[in-house]
Formats: sequence, C-alpha cells, structure tokens
Amino acid sequence: MRLEKCWFCSSTIYPGHGIQFVRNDAKIFRFCRSKCHKNFKMKRNPRKVKWTKAYRRLHGKDMTQDSTFEFERKRNRPERYDRNLAETTLKAIKKITKVRVEREAKHHALRMKGKKAKEHKEAVKELEQSIHLVKAPAVLQQDPSLTLPKMLVKVSQKQVEENNVMEE
Amino acid sequence: MVQYNFKKITVVPNGKDLIDIILSRTQRQTPTVVHKGYAISRLRQFYMRKVKYTQQNFHEKLSAIIDEFPRLDDIHPFYGDLLHVLYNKDHYKLALGQVNTARNLISKIAKDYVKLLKYGDSLYRCKSLKVAALGRMCTVIKRISPSLAYLEQIRQHMARLPSIDPNTRTILICGYPNVGKSSFINKITRADVDVQPYAFTTKSLFVGHTDYKYLRYQVIDTPGILDRPFEDRNIIEMCSITALAHLRAAILFFLDISGSCGYSIAQQAALFHSIKSLFMNKPLIVVCNKTDLQPLEGISEEDMKLVMEMKAEAMKTVMGQGGEPANEEAVLVTMSTLTEDGVIAVKNAACERLLDQRVEIKMKSKKINDCLNRFHVAMPKPRDQKERPPCIPQAVLEARAKEAAEKERRKTEKDLENENGGAGVYSASLKKHYILANDEWKEDIMPEILDGHNVADFIDPDILLRLEELEREEGLRQAEEEDDDFEMDGEELNAEEKEALAEIRKKKSLLIQQHRIKKSTAESRSIVPRKFDKNNEFTSERMGRQLAALGLDPSLAINRARSRSLSRKGRKRERSSDNHGDAMDVDMDTPSKKLRARSRSLSLSRSRSRSRPPSEVTPGDGFKDSAQKVKAIKIAKKSVKKRNKDARKGEADRVIPSLKPKHLFSGKRSIGKTQRR
Repeated sequence: MRLEKCWFCSSTIYPGHGIQFVRNDAKIFRFCRSKCHKNFKMKRNPRKVKWTKAYRRLHGKDMTQDSTFEFERKRNRPERYDRNLAETTLKAIKKITKVRVEREAKHHALRMKGKKAKEHKEAVKELEQSIHLVKAPAVLQQDPSLTLPKMLVKVSQKQVEENNVMEE
Repeated sequence: MVQYNFKKITVVPNGKDLIDIILSRTQRQTPTVVHKGYAISRLRQFYMRKVKYTQQNFHEKLSAIIDEFPRLDDIHPFYGDLLHVLYNKDHYKLALGQVNTARNLISKIAKDYVKLLKYGDSLYRCKSLKVAALGRMCTVIKRISPSLAYLEQIRQHMARLPSIDPNTRTILICGYPNVGKSSFINKITRADVDVQPYAFTTKSLFVGHTDYKYLRYQVIDTPGILDRPFEDRNIIEMCSITALAHLRAAILFFLDISGSCGYSIAQQAALFHSIKSLFMNKPLIVVCNKTDLQPLEGISEEDMKLVMEMKAEAMKTVMGQGGEPANEEAVLVTMSTLTEDGVIAVKNAACERLLDQRVEIKMKSKKINDCLNRFHVAMPKPRDQKERPPCIPQAVLEARAKEAAEKERRKTEKDLENENGGAGVYSASLKKHYILANDEWKEDIMPEILDGHNVADFIDPDILLRLEELEREEGLRQAEEEDDDFEMDGEELNAEEKEALAEIRKKKSLLIQQHRIKKSTAESRSIVPRKFDKNNEFTSERMGRQLAALGLDPSLAINRARSRSLSRKGRKRERSSDNHGDAMDVDMDTPSKKLRARSRSLSLSRSRSRSRPPSEVTPGDGFKDSAQKVKAIKIAKKSVKKRNKDARKGEADRVIPSLKPKHLFSGKRSIGKTQRR
C-alpha cells in the first residue's frame, strides 16, 4: 500500500480516495478528489491555479529546495528487511518532519518580514490624506490633534421639566 | 445412399401459368420507364434487357423441370421399371424431350432478337421487336403445355409412391389375389393395408417395416398376380412382377390351402412354376396360409404332391454351403393370419434366411477385407514355453520406486492445512520461508505508512549518517538565527490614531457601498435635479447633522438656508418686484392660492409628513397641469389592465407556460366537426 500524490494539487491520496486516470500513452494521473479531476479535465495548468502546491512552489510562496526533501525518494528496489534499520527509519521520519516544518515556518516568516512596516506606512498616509472625511479642515486647524469631533444632541427643556415633575 | 424420394420435385406449372409468372416477373424486375427522347443505345439496352431476362427465366424454370425429374436410365432398375410400368417410359421421355426442345428454342429466339435489337433505330421499332420476341417465346410454351400437364400428373403420382429402398433387407410377399398377403403385412408391421373379400383390393405396392435381431426389414406387399402369359398382364400385376424381378429380397410365396380365395391349389402351383424363374438366387419360403380353415395335413393327395414339388423347388434356392437339412423346416411353413398362428415363425424364418444369404454374399465380396479385423483378433501361437515379459530398463524402475516413497514421506502445505482445522480455520504463514539476517524477524510487521509518508521511501542504509548531518546543519542554522534576530516593534499607532483610522475606513466603505447601489440602479432611475426633490431628502436638518458630524457648527448655515428657501420667498417674481416698485405689490401678494396654502402649512408644521393627491402636479413630474396628469394616469392604467388579466409580468413577457395544453387539443365535440382547434 502506498500513499500517492495528487497530480493536480500535490496533496497525499489516502487509500479509498480519488480517481486514477490512465492515458493512452500509459501515463497515470492520480487525483485526490473530483475538484482536481475536473480541473484536469478542463485542461487547467496547475502552475496557474492559485491553491495548488505547484503554483505555490513556482511563485516562491513555499519552500522549494531543501535537504529534508532528499530523504524522501521513491525507491524501486526493495531493501531486505532489517529490524534495526526499520526502527531507526521510523524514528528518523519523525525528526525529519519536525525539521522540515520548522524550516517551512522560517521561510514563511522571511516572506512576511516587511509586512508590518508597510502596513504602518499605509496607515499613516491614509490618516494624513483622508482625515477630512471625519473632521472638517476648519476644525482641524483649531484643534490639530486627531480626536474626533463629538456630535451634540439637543434635548428639549420642556420634557426634562416634565420628567422631574413626574418623579416627584 | 440416395433416398428415392420423389416428393421433392418442384411443382410443374401449366403452360398458361408459366407464361404469366415469367412475364409478370419481367415486368416487375426490369426497369419500366422509357421515353423516346433517350439516347438510342439506352433504348436498345432497355429492350434487350427485357428479352434477355425473359429468356433466362424460362431457361431456369425449364431446366429445373428437366433436372428434377429422374432419368429412368440413371436410377435403380427397380424404379426404372416401376416408372415404366406406371407411366410408360417412352411417353415420359418424350415429354421431357419436348421441354428440353422448348428451352433451346427459346434461347435461339432470344439470341436472334437481341441481334436484331442491336440495330433498332427508334423506340417504336425496338419495342415491337421486344414484343415479337416475347410473343414467340410464349407461343413455344403454349405448344408444350400438354406435356407440362402430363408431367405435373406424373409428379403428383410419383410423390405418392412408397419409398422403397432397393438395397436394404427386403421381404417380398407374392401370390394369387385374396390369399392373405395384406393381412400378413398388417400383422407383422404397422402398415394399414386394405383387406377386403374381393380380389385386387391391393392395387399397388405397399411398404411396411419390421424388426428382427435388431435390424430393420422392409416388407413389401404386392398386388395379386394371376396366371397369365406375360404380355397379357395389366399394370397392377406388372408392378409386382417388377418388384419380384429387381429387388433382391426374401420371397414369401403365399399359398391358400383352403381354396377360399377362389383359386385351387393346382392353379396356384401353376402360377408358382410360371414365375419361378424370378426366384433365382433369392431365399424362397412357401407359406401355406389359412390353416384355420384347412390344415396342411388334410389336403388331397394331388395337392400334397404339388405342394411338395413347390417345396423341392424352394429347397434349390437354399444356399449351397450353409444348407443343412435342418433348414427344411424353414422352406415350407404353415400359418393362419386370422388366428395369428405361426405368423411370427414365418417372419422369423424369412428374416433368418435373408440375413444368412446377405451375410454370405458380403463375406464373399471384396469389401469384407476392410472390416475383417472387427470379427476376429489374432493371437500368436506360443512356439515354446519361454516367458517373454515386456522390457523396462532398471533406472526407470528405481526412479518409480523412489517417487512413490517420496510421495508418502513429504508433508505438503495442504496436509498441514488439513491438520490444523481445514481451509477456513487455518491460514498458512507465508513468511515461513523468508531469508533474513536474523530469524527472529520473520514474523515482524513493518508499518508501511507513518504521518502521511510512505516508510518505504525513507529506508536507506545510510539514514543514520544523513540524519546526523541534518541535525548538525539545523544546529548551525538555529545559531545563526539567534544572531540575526532583529526587533520589529518600532512605529505603532496610538489609540487615538487607531480610532481615527477606523472611522475613516468605515466612512470610506459606506461611501463605496452607496456608490455601488447608486450605480447599479442608475439605468432605471431618472436623473432629477436636486431642486425637484420629491421625497424631501435634502432638508436643512440633514445638512445640519452632517456638518455637526464633521465638527462644524451648523447653525449659521441652517439659518442662511432657511432664509433663502422658496417657501419664504416667492419664486421668480421676487426679483422683478424689486425693480418695478409699488405697482407690482399687489401681484406679489398673490402667488397661486394652493402654493400659498401649502407653503403656509409647511412652515407651520414641518415635522408632519403628508401624502399628496395623485392628480397633483409636482414640479419634477413633467406635466403641464393636473388634467394632463390625470389623463396620463388613466391611459397608463388602461394599458396595464389587459396585461394583468393575462398574468403577464410586463410588456415584454411573452412566456407561454404550456405550448400544447391537453384540454385544447384533445376531445371530441358532442355535436359538430373538429376540423380546427
């Protein structure tokens, strides 16, 4: 039993899921779900479809080259079973995945590094330019701080007096 | 073996019918349309085709007749003679000859006329040639129609002839009329021949079948034969004579001992002697019938002598080699068909004699050598006492012995399975024969999948080394990271600024939403200038609120707006009145009454909203006065009424919910016609 990768979105296909398509030239296409299958039938290029791994790798959103990827390689010749080797392999898999996950997080952080500064700059600019939407320039001249003007609500005097009378 | 079955001959049509069939077929199967404007070659071809086609059909039909009727010389002489006796060979041959001639004549006619047609120069000429050709062919047929009728009769009769196989085992029954031949055949076979007291009840040959020693025998009943010279015999007698002459059969000559057939034994004996030449080489049995009326022993001396003479004759026909005195019994037998006494004995005797004779003949013929081996298996005679068993080499014997031993000793998987509970209970351990570094590992189950990865992809003898390398790298990288860590706090907005920003963004999104709504309804909404504001959206309170939200004091603006409003001042008159002075004072005070009244009510009670009457014209409407508006409203309503009745959504709604409603397209009228719906 093997876990395969979806041809379109590169997610793993667990047993009992998905469709395999064999073309006349004997190339096998595996799909994890009908979404990928239908996209394939529409002849869409996964490198252009935003949510696929192929796109993300191509456009640098996800980590592409790393030594942790070297560990996982499809081997065509099975090795003779060795219990010690199997043990070490199982433990190694865990460590490798941990390392890989860390590295991917690093990559993402690196990618997102300049975001805060940029947002800040934009906010400052917007405040400066569009303050007139909430505070009239005349008021701004008198009171240069950014406190918003309060709206005065007029309450009629007669009603207030009536209420007082009622309370008493 | 050809079965003489004359039932398969096709029906011979009579002359007229044949002509009709062929001509109508020609008409149907060849093209019929031709015009005189066609090319001459086409015309010629058209008519030649018809002539040829007719000739071919005639040829086919006549050939069929000629081929299917048997040629008397080619069939078994028995049938040849039989047919000759019944139908007269010459007459038969003549009829067939005439058919043949007709066929040739028709071919010649067709050939001649086709040659002539090649030079026909007009439609009319070609057509006449064709007519002439067909006509002549039909005349030929008409001339042979008596032959065709005769052949048809023959065919019908032939179909009813009994199917006698001349080569198989046959028993022939002959004798004077009324001696009991038909009764006999009725007794031993399933044939149902007429038995009557008068002579010549049986007028033709009848066949029955009987079994003896698992073999089937044909029994042929013949009409009675009278003692007459050969030339005087009639057709019926000739049938039996033919049968006697040609069929190689056992012959049962029936003798009526009692004389109740109307003929004495002397007469019957005379007959016997006259036809004994026909009994050459055939096993003969003299059967004395009707012994219930007169037993054999009770006949007179002369009669007995005659009978013995007949017996002696019969003895001569017994086979030379196999002839034993015991067969004397089988030559003269008595029986009575009425009491069924001796009937079976007769049949057995006849069958036995016939069988012996046929076997003898077969043994002498050349064909026996082919099947001789089926009778006899030759065993060599031992010449001395020495035993000679088959020779098997020693090595083979040893190998055989070893195999047998091994089979007993080795325990197979199947045996193991059976020991441990059979097929459903025991499951074989497939890992038993694994070759591993350590035998303890044989029954290990290794996981194939871990956390979404295939374990088999990671297996590598060097995996430990590589893992160490990886960890080293990781350590290095983490160390570097700590050095590089920089601070990212820096500029941040304070609470006030954040609030302001949020407000700004909210305001902006509201604006965008409103714009979008306006944009989507812009096409169906008319753009009316603000001064014709029907719904009183643009009030000074609104303005005041918006200004206050921005932080400005609206009171000045509101006052100014109110002082300049229409309700306080007049309209255009205001300006002119200033110029003209007092003379126009009067006019100023009289703007339209309604307007004045309205404005007064407005200024007094601004907060209360009031609905207007429908005929009132507001400035943005586009009507001259209320009368025009009322009329416009009326016309609009009128146009809508019809559509509403048809349940249409609007002007452009042309939907037909069901194109062919059943109730409009079905049903009969109770009175009148349903020609249109």
